[in-house]
Amino acid sequence: MATQEWKFTAKDIALKPELFFSGHRACAGCGPATVLRLVMKALRGPTIVTQATGCMEIVGSIYPYTSWGLPWLHTAFENVAANASGIEVALKALSKKGKIKQEHIDVIAIAGDGGTYDIGFQALSGAIERGHDFLFILYDNEGYMNTGIQRSGGTPTGASTTTTPAGKAIPGKLEKKKPITEIILAHEIEYVATATPYYWKDMISKVRRGLEVEGPAFLHVFAPCPRGWRTEPAKTMAYSKLSVETCIFPIWEAVNGKRVLSTPSKMYSLAPQKKRPVIDYLEGQGRFRHLFKIENKPVLDQIQQATDERWQKLLKQCETT
Amino acid sequence: MSKQEKGWKDLTLAAISSKVSTDFLTGDWKVFMPVHNLEKCVSCLTCVMLCPEGAARWNSELGKVEFDLSFCKGCGICANECPTKAIVMKMPEKEE
Repeated sequence: MATQEWKFTAKDIALKPELFFSGHRACAGCGPATVLRLVMKALRGPTIVTQATGCMEIVGSIYPYTSWGLPWLHTAFENVAANASGIEVALKALSKKGKIKQEHIDVIAIAGDGGTYDIGFQALSGAIERGHDFLFILYDNEGYMNTGIQRSGGTPTGASTTTTPAGKAIPGKLEKKKPITEIILAHEIEYVATATPYYWKDMISKVRRGLEVEGPAFLHVFAPCPRGWRTEPAKTMAYSKLSVETCIFPIWEAVNGKRVLSTPSKMYSLAPQKKRPVIDYLEGQGRFRHLFKIENKPVLDQIQQATDERWQKLLKQCETT
Repeated sequence: MSKQEKGWKDLTLAAISSKVSTDFLTGDWKVFMPVHNLEKCVSCLTCVMLCPEGAARWNSELGKVEFDLSFCKGCGICANECPTKAIVMKMPEKEE
């Protein structure tokens, strides 16, 4: 990692050129679109982006238009990490032969939760194990929103989707959300972090740190989706903030396996009385609407309990490692 | 196979986009438009950072935030997040 920490202000970021252009066809109030815009502001030099199929791939590349201001490759759902490893190795080979002028080219792979948790997982695990130098960014909107809001490994307990519709039979998804960052951490890579766009400064510096790492780095970004979560478009960033305030999605980073809570989440470990109940986050989201019926009260309690347990476990991991 | 048909070496390697999406104006999607009160604005740039469209922009020469309404989809994130409530979402007046 670079010894010099990159310092920036909001104005520096605002004046950096937009590499994910306006005019993309994302829904109004799209969380992942903000994520991509901000991620592209954190680049340090020449970069190649490869993206798995998903919402953000579609909206940015409707033929004949493109929203990308840098070399960008589309790939299938399952192999974005394999594609990134191929690009990285090809660049190495070309620079050995002296066919490219650039000293170093960064490779970023972007995928949604479907392309990471479920379909793209084996390619990701393989690429990380082989130790390719790339940054994998997962924008997690908790479902297959692009194809019509189906459940994915990233969908949380109790969420109603078109494949886990809430009704008499089930109160939304019954299973837990897959702990993807734990799985990636178990690969013992140098840099793993979680972020959310409301805390944009934290997110941008994490992207930069992920790029500076030699070897694979993984960034899990929580990106609210107004269409799939059935929320007001204006509240997208409010939910991004609430996810941290209720400790549903704590933000932290792990360098060489040593976990440290990032400032917004650290506040709730220092002052636990400020932590808000998960109900604040769940209400207002159409996908959790059924949980507020009397018969589903146990599910609500279960979500609160599971969130608290996860938070306590994380606090312990941050202390001990 | 006829002689006019292209071989694999003549074809491009993949589909290549020929236009930039800034040619495609998404501003007509909106119902409400942001109205910016410069007196209340403290230039914290929260709206510039959180806008999914990149429609809120910082003009460093004039030292103020500007909105590009030809791309704004009217989601209202800027109005919701503005710490000084300098942005309000309003229905545009109809031009007769």
